[in-house]
Amino acid sequence: MTIEEIEQEIIEEFEMFEDWMQRYEHLIDLGKSMPMIEEKHKTEDKLIKGCQSQVWMHSELKDACLPDRQGKIFYTADSDAIITKGMVALMIRVLSNHTPQEIIDSKLDFIEKIGLTKHLSPTRSNGLLSMIKQMKLDALAYKNKLV
Amino acid sequence: MTELKAISKMSIDINKIRADFPILSRKVNGKSLIYFDNGATTQKPKSVIDAIDNYYRNQNANIHRGVHTLSQEITVAYENARATIQKHLNAKYAHEIIFTRGTSDSINLVASSFGKKFISKGDEVLISTMEHHSNILPWQQVCEEKGAILKIIPINENGELIISEYKRLLTDKTKIVAITHISNTLGTINNVEELIALAHVKNIPVLVDGAQAIPHTSIDVQLLSADFYVFSAHKVFGPTGVGILYGKEKWLNELPPYQVGGGTIKTVTFEKTEYADLPLKFEAGTPHIEGGIGLAAAIDYINDIGVKNIAAYEHELLVYATEALLKIEGVKIIGTAKEKASVLSFVVDGLHPFDVGTILDQLGIAVRTGHHCTQPLMNFYGIPGAIRASFAFYNTKEEIDIFIEGLKKAIKMLK
Repeated sequence: MTIEEIEQEIIEEFEMFEDWMQRYEHLIDLGKSMPMIEEKHKTEDKLIKGCQSQVWMHSELKDACLPDRQGKIFYTADSDAIITKGMVALMIRVLSNHTPQEIIDSKLDFIEKIGLTKHLSPTRSNGLLSMIKQMKLDALAYKNKLV
Repeated sequence: MTELKAISKMSIDINKIRADFPILSRKVNGKSLIYFDNGATTQKPKSVIDAIDNYYRNQNANIHRGVHTLSQEITVAYENARATIQKHLNAKYAHEIIFTRGTSDSINLVASSFGKKFISKGDEVLISTMEHHSNILPWQQVCEEKGAILKIIPINENGELIISEYKRLLTDKTKIVAITHISNTLGTINNVEELIALAHVKNIPVLVDGAQAIPHTSIDVQLLSADFYVFSAHKVFGPTGVGILYGKEKWLNELPPYQVGGGTIKTVTFEKTEYADLPLKFEAGTPHIEGGIGLAAAIDYINDIGVKNIAAYEHELLVYATEALLKIEGVKIIGTAKEKASVLSFVVDGLHPFDVGTILDQLGIAVRTGHHCTQPLMNFYGIPGAIRASFAFYNTKEEIDIFIEGLKKAIKMLK
């Protein structure tokens, strides 16, 4: 599935819910299914510091030896806050298993469409913005190494 | 809202007061706003908003400069605002009231100017564990620059200063004590009168951070004998971007200017500048004129209600909320000092404050979550952060009931 297709799938998933409580409950459930970061990667340099909740994020490039040599990025993560964890899980579901270029180009419009835009405001909240930035920076770094 | 419950026992007219604050009638996420983040900033009554509006419609001109009518009128209005604040704090002279950008700016001014003249290598500056970052960082920086040492007064588990330790830390090396009047996280009301008296025995001056105290208590700087007392307008129902540094005349005369520029001078040549007398020596550039006027309107507003009435009503809210909170399983209150203002921080077993705050926000309830700019204090309690509900006199017991129900809902969702 392309990034856009996964975004669409998530939008449809969230449309089923009638109120915000169900949306947040779903987000909390998603957090529980997150591809967990290995303990050894939970180091200071993998920490994305929001002011309130912490997120550790690790990425790996796989299949870079295939003919197109692009490879795909896989993310693992964790957070100490459960709603933040749900948001990280969503981001990983959308971006993992894609090429660096696809991740760099992604627009991630779905965040607005599922009613989580407020978490994108550059306040001292949960670092969703820094999270996305870090995921894209990782992608850029892998891409530059491949060129 | 049932009015009877709100009026009971209280000497303030809560319904009239709520009608004075336009923002309290707005909706958040489809719910009536419940604003419990007064420790971060307070809402503004119509009289403050009108004062600012009137300034731009009818009074705008630069102060202390022009001979024209507008400039003279606004100069008088601005100096009247200074006099209102002088009276409110019971300062001896109006020129002991310096307009700044806020609490942080006031502390930076004192730390920088006092440090320049009076702090040298090996000296000590004494602050406490419960200080807001604003009353830590300026001193930390001065100490680093001068090779001085920052000393910390410890607190007990209830969040009260340990006075015996304070006495021990007041030494011949101590150059200044900088201490909060009311803790923004714990709500602890420090006995600043006693703290100042103890420091003065050793001729050590004291700066009091009054950011949280100003909306909750009446302040008499002469009675306290505070050398410096600082606060922000926005914490006391006034505008953002303006604050006050009160300083005893003798100290303010001793300190060198902080920022220099327009308005701070008597004469300037390229060789030498003679600085203006107080308070202008510390007020470089065109000030936040409407801010000063708005602050005076806010002070007038709380004095109309009566600071004692406000404190009594808020105490009632604090007791009511504390009792309700303690009935919820897993809740632990951070800050259980005997003397406490209407600031209520707590944690819930197994839950991250951010998650709880997010759910409460969905219910239209504004609380603060996080470290409250007191990271050393969070480290003391071994927690990543806390949830803080801080009440003002426009809050009600009905709002507290809704908040408690919301909290229960959040706990159920998150566990």
